[in-house]
Amino acid sequence: MEGTSNKLFRNIVHSFPLILLFFLVFTGFDLSFFLYEANYSFNFIYLVIFYWVLKKPDALGYGLIFFAGIINDVVQNFPIGISSINYLFLCAIAAFIRTRTLLPSLLYDWILFFIAILIVSSINFSISTMIFDIPISYGTLMSSSIITFLVYPIFAKIFSVIYLFSLEQGNVE
Amino acid sequence: MAVETGRDDFVIAIRSAFLKKGTRQKFSLFTLLIISILVLSLEYFKTGPVDKFRSFTKDFIYKSSFFISAPFAFIKDQYYSFQDHMSMYEKYNELRDKDLTLKSLENENNFYKSENQRLKKLLDEKMLSSEDYLLSKVLLDNKGPYLKSVIVNKGFNHGVRLGLAVKVESYFVGKIVGVNLLTSRILLASDLNSKIPVIVEPGSTNAILTGNDNNEFAELEYLPKNNNVNDGDIVYTSGVDGIIASAIPVGKVFIKEDKKFVKFFVDFSQLKYVKINN
Repeated sequence: MEGTSNKLFRNIVHSFPLILLFFLVFTGFDLSFFLYEANYSFNFIYLVIFYWVLKKPDALGYGLIFFAGIINDVVQNFPIGISSINYLFLCAIAAFIRTRTLLPSLLYDWILFFIAILIVSSINFSISTMIFDIPISYGTLMSSSIITFLVYPIFAKIFSVIYLFSLEQGNVE
Repeated sequence: MAVETGRDDFVIAIRSAFLKKGTRQKFSLFTLLIISILVLSLEYFKTGPVDKFRSFTKDFIYKSSFFISAPFAFIKDQYYSFQDHMSMYEKYNELRDKDLTLKSLENENNFYKSENQRLKKLLDEKMLSSEDYLLSKVLLDNKGPYLKSVIVNKGFNHGVRLGLAVKVESYFVGKIVGVNLLTSRILLASDLNSKIPVIVEPGSTNAILTGNDNNEFAELEYLPKNNNVNDGDIVYTSGVDGIIASAIPVGKVFIKEDKKFVKFFVDFSQLKYVKINN
């Protein structure tokens, strides 16, 4: 009985990025806050995808990221496929950085994450406004990107603790 | 930190990012990007089997999302219920101090309603407002930075059509912008894309109420230059678009820095059941 619960716990820890990603897309959960009567939020999904594809690519399969994008589009009422494109481009940038980096550092990842979300947000903005005529507030998009960039180190630290913990659990096996 | 240099390495890294599959990856990024573009291009098919399939998929995802979000919706409800409980004494005092002669107000309202209907018949005006409504449960509420909408459990099979007005009690909430077989999406009046034709009373001034991403108020636009819209005036739907019923109360006017805003009567954060006007 104890062995089964331990195995279940290890599986949950190992699948944490996947569970978190699908929880975020299914619930449309976003961490937003009001400041001076304006709504500010950040894109939690970008953080999850970028970090885990960069650090542990096997934790999040590209196919599952594609499906997460489809679900996000349905829940958020975007044209179906647009989030998948954004997420896959983010994966491509993270994979590119992974192959080019010899000695990873948080600062280096942080700066490149900003460039990555600027590229992905530009793609998102271009497709939404130019192809589908969906009016997106440019200011909201930019503020969301900047806040996502600013909070990256905090979540990177939290995720790295979980990553190390999952490695420990893997060694126990 | 050390980064390799060289043009060949750069090309190899790009090729590797797009084409290389990981040990547990079944598809390369390039393949999935092509599939995503194909899926996105299907958005242009608004009828036929593609639309039916999309409608079915959306229904399935909305229902799944409703079940996954249920525990969090419960926590949110408990939070608002606690807040209501804490403000009970203040609300009691507020209501006690008000001079509520409800019976006389109700009679007066019924008189004006019947007079209004009689006059409209005389003018031969099309009656958009109706007492028929479809009570619907809110399955999901998405009030993110880009979208303020809710999903309800009534769809095409229940007679819901695009553009219908949605109310809570007698107050305007938004309109139907997406209809699936078993679910529909309501665009809230606070959404950035929401533009509702309204009339400001007293004075019968026509305007457009434009959402500005704020959950509490929206802006009045396209007002005549010399208008006499004042603080405290009441805004109703005008029904000039021929789809949304007229005379549904929306909110109260307040003026800030020479701009005219409307504070909604409805609290969008606590929508549980809504009425879809048939």
